[in-house]
Amino acid sequence: MNKIFEVPMYPYARHPDQDEVTPVRRPVVIIGAGPIGLGAAIDLAQQDIPVVILDDNDKVSFGSRAICFAKRPLEILDRLGCGAPMVDKGELWNKGRVFFGEKNVYTFDLLEEEGHKNPAFINLQQYYFEEYMVDRVFALQAEGKPIEIRGKNRVDAIGAHDTHVTLEIDTPDGPYNLEADWLIAADGANSPTRRMLGLDFDGRVFEDNFLIADVIMKADFPTERWFWFDPPFNKGQSALLHKQPDDVWRIDLQLGWDIDKEEEKKPENVIPRLKAMLGDDAEFELEWVSIYTFQCRRMDRFRYGRTLFAGDAAHQVSPFGARGANSGLQDTDNLAWKLKLVIDGTADASLLDTYSDERVYGADENILNSTRSTDFITPKSEMSRILRDAVLDLSEQHEFARPLVNSGRLSVPCTYDGSSLNGPDELGGPERTRVGSPCVDVKLKTGYLLDMLGDKFTILTIDTDAPDTLTEAGITATRLALSTSDDPTGALHERYLDEASNGIYLIRPDQHVAARWDTYNETAMRAAIRTAIGKE
Amino acid sequence: MTHITLTPNIEHADDFYADLLAAHDGLTKPQSDAYNARLLLVLANHIGDPEVLKAALEAAKART
Ligand SMILES: Cc1cc2nc3c(=O)[nH]c(=O)nc-3n(C[C@H](O)[C@H](O)[C@H](O)COP(=O)(O)OP(=O)(O)OC[C@H]3O[C@@H](n4cnc5c(N)ncnc54)[C@H](O)[C@@H]3O)c2cc1C
Repeated sequence: MNKIFEVPMYPYARHPDQDEVTPVRRPVVIIGAGPIGLGAAIDLAQQDIPVVILDDNDKVSFGSRAICFAKRPLEILDRLGCGAPMVDKGELWNKGRVFFGEKNVYTFDLLEEEGHKNPAFINLQQYYFEEYMVDRVFALQAEGKPIEIRGKNRVDAIGAHDTHVTLEIDTPDGPYNLEADWLIAADGANSPTRRMLGLDFDGRVFEDNFLIADVIMKADFPTERWFWFDPPFNKGQSALLHKQPDDVWRIDLQLGWDIDKEEEKKPENVIPRLKAMLGDDAEFELEWVSIYTFQCRRMDRFRYGRTLFAGDAAHQVSPFGARGANSGLQDTDNLAWKLKLVIDGTADASLLDTYSDERVYGADENILNSTRSTDFITPKSEMSRILRDAVLDLSEQHEFARPLVNSGRLSVPCTYDGSSLNGPDELGGPERTRVGSPCVDVKLKTGYLLDMLGDKFTILTIDTDAPDTLTEAGITATRLALSTSDDPTGALHERYLDEASNGIYLIRPDQHVAARWDTYNETAMRAAIRTAIGKE
Repeated sequence: MTHITLTPNIEHADDFYADLLAAHDGLTKPQSDAYNARLLLVLANHIGDPEVLKAALEAAKART
């Protein structure tokens, strides 16, 4: 076997910083080259903010871990220049089946809306996902962008100060120190940063274990999400089967609480379980097996002075709903532009508190959804099991019961309702593009809307007038002038105007709507820009 | 404010009640529990309105 996750991608190399007597100060240091650290680094480097990523390893994710990536993160990754290879390699899917006991109670189709550049979901092994991100880091380096990954650089101690953060780093050549104006802790669920700074991580650890197995198998199951409640091969528990590229299949088997993890992981125990599920004749090879005890919890806030937490370090959810990496990328999407404005001196450091506010709100939404899924999958009382089984029984015959079946509510982007950065919503436009929402893609005659929005403040006008640019409080917002006639399918009208005949949107660099009206008013627009950067 | 009907609303109440009991005839306790759960879900879906459902959840609570 010579899997991509066994090959060092960014092997250790001695850096001149290690030879300095006084520690070198870097604008941004990121701990962790997982999907979230890499996402943050690429976003900042694309905007010419110098970043250093430190990772105690030198390889991509061991085993696949996250496999299911949703539209919004794919859109973010597209903006980061690495979405396309993921979509090309990934397995597209939108169908699924639900089984209860022996029966396939129903089949669903997440009908895809037209006019989006990116699919609703792809399945892709996390190691490929990270590989494409690391490739992007190298491509940026080749373009001369200020980004580097230092493999086998383990952070052992952190000192938080008002003006900077100090880091003690261990390497194969011994330790060295580094300073950072800003530190992004993307060091995963066990976040040493969190521990070193003595911060809490509260929440609920669920009393359940899951056997996660990736098997390589030539099988003609379709590319569908199959979920079993109480299957004959795993009585009283649940199971999931889902396809990944290269004939790799993800199998999740719920094991219950009182188990011996080391025993359960042994091939001689795993293989009979899988045979019971896949049939005695199924020929497969184990690629990766792990036992997962999941938890739903988050940090109190995601900013502590000059340290910003993102991804699993900041919050964790159960894997049902694929919200881990998907939500972590929404963290970095939210953080990068704010940090740039603060570093450039355009915004006050307090703008970073809104990173915490908005993403804590997002994390709570994810935790709520994944807790509800868990309560459905693992009923906590006799009556909750009776109700759960009643829903599943009814779902076979009656369509009404299907929306109640909860085997994981798949990741959808968060709308920052109530954020202090939100300006007026005075269009009476569609709900889905209300202030706080991420923009919905539209296929225009000349390309896709999200590609045109990019990563700067934009004034989107639809059949109404505005100046080509407007500068306020150090921000230059550029106009994107569209007309409903740019989209013969009518989607632009439906997604951005609805009842209105014209509209104007102020859009943030993370493509979330900051404010909207029907026509341009300079005073209102200037105020909305100030509000969107925390200056009002 | 209350969207829920808590005054008599079932025509031929005795007939309905007899049908309800009859539906449980011959069922074991687990089967009856399952039946009640399904019935509850069918009725809740028919009502649909979340305000009414919330009021119903409240109205059904035991008085102490
Ligand atoms: C079985 C399973 C299935 C999942 N399925 C999905 C899914 O379908 N969809 C989804 O979106 N998410 C899923 N997830 C969650 C997803 O894997 C995580 O949310 C994601 O990996 C988080 O990324 P991260 O970058 O925050 O952390 P990590 O990927 O954990 O990366 C942290 C990095 O920090 C480094 N590090 C740690 N300590 C130090 C130190 N002291 N010094 C230097 N470096 C350090 C580590 O080496 C590591 O590279 C799943 C997770 C599991 C376990």
